[in-house]
Amino acid sequence: MPLIEVKNLEKTYLTDDVKTEVLRGLTFSVAQGEFVAIMGPSGSGKSTLLHILGFLDQASAGDYFFEGKRMNDYSETELARIRNTKMGFVFQSFNLLPRTTVLENVRLPLPYSEIKESLWEELAGKAIKEIGLSHRSDYRTSQLSGGEQQRVAIARALVMGPEVIFADEPTGNLDSKSGQQVMAILSQLNQKRRHTIILITHDTEIADYAQRIIRLRDGRIESDKTK
Amino acid sequence: MNTYLIYGFKTALNGLKANKSRSSLTILGIVIGIAAIILIMAIGQGAQDLILNQIRGLGSETIFVGPGREPQGPSEFTEILSDSLKNKEVEALKDPAMVPGVKRLSPIVLQVMTVAFENETKRINVVGASDLLMEIMEIYPEKGIFFGEEEIKQYSSVVVLGYEVKKELFGDSDALGEKIKIKDRNFKVIGALPQKGRVGMFDVDNMVVVPYTTLQKYVLGTNFYNTILVQAEGEAAVTRVAGDIERTLRELHNIDDPSKDDFHVMTQVSMAERVGIVTDALTALLLSVAAISLIVGGIGIMNIMLVSVTERTREIGLRKAVGATENDILIQFLLEAVLLTAIGGIIGIAVGAGFSFLTSLILTQVVGFGWGFSFPFSAAAAGLIVSSLVGLIFGLYPARKAAAKKDPIEALRYE
Ligand SMILES: Nc1ncnc2c1ncn2[C@@H]1O[C@H](COP(=O)(O)OP(=O)(O)OP(=O)(O)O)[C@@H](O)[C@H]1O
Ligand SMILES: [Mg+2]
Repeated sequence: MPLIEVKNLEKTYLTDDVKTEVLRGLTFSVAQGEFVAIMGPSGSGKSTLLHILGFLDQASAGDYFFEGKRMNDYSETELARIRNTKMGFVFQSFNLLPRTTVLENVRLPLPYSEIKESLWEELAGKAIKEIGLSHRSDYRTSQLSGGEQQRVAIARALVMGPEVIFADEPTGNLDSKSGQQVMAILSQLNQKRRHTIILITHDTEIADYAQRIIRLRDGRIESDKTK
Repeated sequence: MNTYLIYGFKTALNGLKANKSRSSLTILGIVIGIAAIILIMAIGQGAQDLILNQIRGLGSETIFVGPGREPQGPSEFTEILSDSLKNKEVEALKDPAMVPGVKRLSPIVLQVMTVAFENETKRINVVGASDLLMEIMEIYPEKGIFFGEEEIKQYSSVVVLGYEVKKELFGDSDALGEKIKIKDRNFKVIGALPQKGRVGMFDVDNMVVVPYTTLQKYVLGTNFYNTILVQAEGEAAVTRVAGDIERTLRELHNIDDPSKDDFHVMTQVSMAERVGIVTDALTALLLSVAAISLIVGGIGIMNIMLVSVTERTREIGLRKAVGATENDILIQFLLEAVLLTAIGGIIGIAVGAGFSFLTSLILTQVVGFGWGFSFPFSAAAAGLIVSSLVGLIFGLYPARKAAAKKDPIEALRYE
């Protein structure tokens, strides 16, 4: 059973009677432990797809199975629970809480889990160490560089030890050195801990870290290649 | 989800801290409302205690018989000017065959008049009473004597002075044997009362007492009484004696229908009940005014919470994206609202208690009432509960609005 399976997935936006077909029938599956890169021109629907996969949005048509069960068959509470424990999401625009520290941002998912409060600091500290920002734990996120903010977002995605990490251009705002650093962390998570990783990138060098590359064009899969 | 509650409290507190001036302005309405409630309840209680103490000061064995039907409203106050109580009635009440169990009885004539000594004049209550007033009220002269049965019969022009009256007219010098003028008639001072404050309907320090016969015949030229004070033989007899008095007077006046009474009978218990009803009604009225301020405060909270929910739409989306359920979000914003109003409530309780204390201090020091202050614990508890409830009620709508945002991405895209 694949971890993720989509069949004829469609997404259409309706704004002021204008229909925008963003995804026009995608079918593919991702097995547990895979490292997939999604590429494609701007506006081809990459972020839209990733949001649906991360339970943040809903498809207009078609089916999405996560761990063998159709998304629509999960209850609201189950969806929240899966988002909390099995999925980590890194947004294209970091989405950190303003006016709060690095530590507070990273531990954001923990109160919604069953993990005891006494462990929160430790787990968050470990995730922050992994992205190399221990010395910035008590900084407010507004005092960090863009690259550092991106790494905080990654730490937040890691902190619960999720099954799958969705990353929307995680290196888009980083210089090549920090980019390499972030990719090193992600491939380590993939290789050592068998986390499934699905990331979006425009950068072929970054895509090289993945074993499989799915290319989108105009809401359709243009190619799907595994090394 | 106990850990979440604790975390929720911390998050809520941080949320409030982040908007300090806005938060404090918002809770001002709650602070004022709760402070007003505490103040009203404390003053209501204090006033009630004060009045009840005065009533108790009359002695639990005392019964008042007044002329006219008991005034049921402001328009009926002239009823007490009725002349239905005269000598005939006093004699009837004195008759043990008609009203058994009467220990002492004194007719009372009351009038505010000008009293003068040399160049000093003063308008005060002149009380015409029998010699038994002293025993009924348990007030004995500090200097000199009270008049006796003889003086009543003889229409003697003698007077006993209240403490303040003596001080103002005579200063420190001994007043005994001096003559004072009441209206145009000279009265000889035979006694001076000790400082007593108020006892029931009498402001003892600011009155003078003369034989009721003298006052009626030579000064007022009337033949009716303002009150008949009756002392029953023991507290247990009061209700029965009061009933007998009513029956006797009705018989005497040929009244079949009690609502046509031309007199009224009051006991300490019935007066205390009446006071309770009046002060409770007054307190309820004032409380409803204070409640309006709480509602206004609550609407302020709701408004600011709605603003907060809108401002933090992205935060809500983010929290959902990392696993918060609708309930978690609901609880977070409810906690924030409740915390806000509860803090307002606590400040309000402190402010209200402070003002109540000041009020009692002023009334005691400046006005001279024996006004006690005690921290109104029940009012404080009520204030805390009410303020939290206001938060709960007015926070619910914004919190539901926050929780109801459907897909996390919608909230995250919000700008
Ligand atoms: N809420 C929305 N309403 C209407 N149209 C939308 C909405 N969200 C996205 N779109 C449209 O869907 C298309 C795909 O957007 P998407 O963000 O998925 O692109 P992308 O492939 O991630 O592009 P980029 O590489 O620039 O991030 C765009 O044309 C966009 O305008
Ligand atoms: Mg995108």
